Amino acid sequence: MTDNEIKPIAALQDSVPSAPPRSQWKDVWDQFKHHKGALMGGSFLLFITLGVLFGDLIWQLDPKKLDIRAKDFRPIYTAIWDGDAKVGWNHPLGTDNLGRDHLAQIIAGGRTSMAVGWAAMILTMVIGTSIGVFAGYFRKLDGILMRFTDLVLSLPILPLLLVAVTLFRQPLRANFGPETGMFILIVGVIGVTSWMQTARIVRGDILAYKEREFVLAARAAGTTSKGIIFRHLLPNVMSPIMVSATLGLATAIITESALSFLGVGFPSDYPTWGKMLADAVPRMQEFPERVMLPGIAISLTVLSVNYLGDGLRDALDPRIRGR
Amino acid sequence: MLTFTIRRLILAIPTLLFISLIIFLLLQLAPGDPMAQVPLTVPPEVKQKMREALGLGQPIHVQYLKWLVQVFWIEPQVLFDYLFGTDFSEGKLRVISWQTRSPVMDIIIQRLPQTLTVVGLSYIVGIIIAIPIGIYSAYRQYSLFDQAGTFITMIGFSIPPFFTGPLLIVIFSVQLGWFPSIYDTTHRVTDWESFVYQVKQMIMPVMVLALQTTAQISRFMRAAMLDNLKQDYVRTARAKGLSERVVVITHVLRNSMIPVVTVIALGVPGIFGGAIITEVVFKVNGIGAYLIDALFANDLPTVMTISFIFAILIVSFNLIADILYGILDPRIRYD
Repeated sequence: MTDNEIKPIAALQDSVPSAPPRSQWKDVWDQFKHHKGALMGGSFLLFITLGVLFGDLIWQLDPKKLDIRAKDFRPIYTAIWDGDAKVGWNHPLGTDNLGRDHLAQIIAGGRTSMAVGWAAMILTMVIGTSIGVFAGYFRKLDGILMRFTDLVLSLPILPLLLVAVTLFRQPLRANFGPETGMFILIVGVIGVTSWMQTARIVRGDILAYKEREFVLAARAAGTTSKGIIFRHLLPNVMSPIMVSATLGLATAIITESALSFLGVGFPSDYPTWGKMLADAVPRMQEFPERVMLPGIAISLTVLSVNYLGDGLRDALDPRIRGR
Repeated sequence: MLTFTIRRLILAIPTLLFISLIIFLLLQLAPGDPMAQVPLTVPPEVKQKMREALGLGQPIHVQYLKWLVQVFWIEPQVLFDYLFGTDFSEGKLRVISWQTRSPVMDIIIQRLPQTLTVVGLSYIVGIIIAIPIGIYSAYRQYSLFDQAGTFITMIGFSIPPFFTGPLLIVIFSVQLGWFPSIYDTTHRVTDWESFVYQVKQMIMPVMVLALQTTAQISRFMRAAMLDNLKQDYVRTARAKGLSERVVVITHVLRNSMIPVVTVIALGVPGIFGGAIITEVVFKVNGIGAYLIDALFANDLPTVMTISFIFAILIVSFNLIADILYGILDPRIRYD
């Protein structure tokens, strides 16, 4: 009898997996790598973030230093088509009408714009996620929180932003100083007025996930609501949150620049990209580059963030992963 | 459908009241004194009298109720009087601007046509460009056209109007000299030449706003077409020998338009908000530019009224979108 013992076919004989197990994030990265736009967007965002963070270590001119003798320098590349242009290697991107160095201003302005963008985005995500989680997980809160979200969605956002920033700038500037006060105000109003989409998305996903078996199992094992939310639900809704975070970063940067452009943003000697653009508009006939450079900086940053979001959305969606 | 519409109309009232309350409280909490511009030589007791004359001494709820009466009762009466020549509103206090001491609504009515022509036209132009792009890039998914379309819509999303505006001015007004950089609202169209001038001055603001619209709507159109192109009824239509043209235009397009139409309706208030910046860039004196002026002049009744008009636009277009969705798609039943 021992001779004709049944042997499994070859395909069933392996006792260990043929390939090592793959983690979710490795899969995500593999898919993300295939999205060229997202890769480029991500690397450009990284480049510009590092540039505005550490750029002033390399380019050490003070962006606020007035040098009236060196005013109205053109960028160095104007020399290519205009030999008489006032250019100089000490100001590669030129200077403004008060002789402030443009490159240093772009770096300093970018730091403000990016800081506002990131801070407002994080605030938006925190508010949106918590409202979404509460509405999705606790049935009693669902109705009231979602009605509230609908109401906020029907507020006229841009007028209200303008009103809030104009009317509350004095007390905040008095309490926290002109720069910090404006920073708190702008981040606060952007955060308070843009969390609604995130809240809706998170709520929808939480509603779906909390009926799944793994949540039931966790509850049967005696996990508290807090544990279920943080251990089981939040990791699952991370991907939509990340995608809407990229969108939030893009909108926050644009909103901050729009506020600065309309003249209700940071104080006048404090450079941000939107402010530089707005200041340059009256003299853009003679100095178009002063409009172009900050404008291109804003647009490229936002474009790269949008492409990053696009790639993340594809990479985090398990249905299209692996194609 | 009718009961749904009526229910939504009734629900819109508390929404609008809540929004008006939020706007009102925001302006109330704000520090800022309408008497700040009055010279310092005016004695304080006179200033106090002036404040009371503006209705500022009263408790907040009284001020709010009075404002509600002014906006919802007296202003419609004025409109009614204007339309039918009656005199219901004789001697009643309207919402008065602190800046110009004239009724806010009158100024808004004067400025609305400029906003409507620029915004309305840009929206129509944007939709007309967006829909064919969306259809074709869905029909040839991942083709060169689709890739280019995706890239252009990405750019449309990413470049803010306060950059495209000056960019167009630099290129077309400064370098090429084709179009005027400032929108002349006093211009009257009387003959062919003035019509050509009107078209020229409208091109740039309209294109700036239309770029945003095109980016959004062509995305939605593409997604909706893609959803429908995979459906079984499309295979059936092809199987029974219909031409591609009929399949795409008659069968798929009509079904794909359902979500797109609602998105178009939902986008109308947003485009008014975006018009604020465009109006400032091109110096169109529409209501967006008026809002900015009023804000800087601390003219709270005007700010409040314009914000509230924006809110009314949002609420009513949300309602229109919901109703349209129900009418267009027989699968949707709200009852």
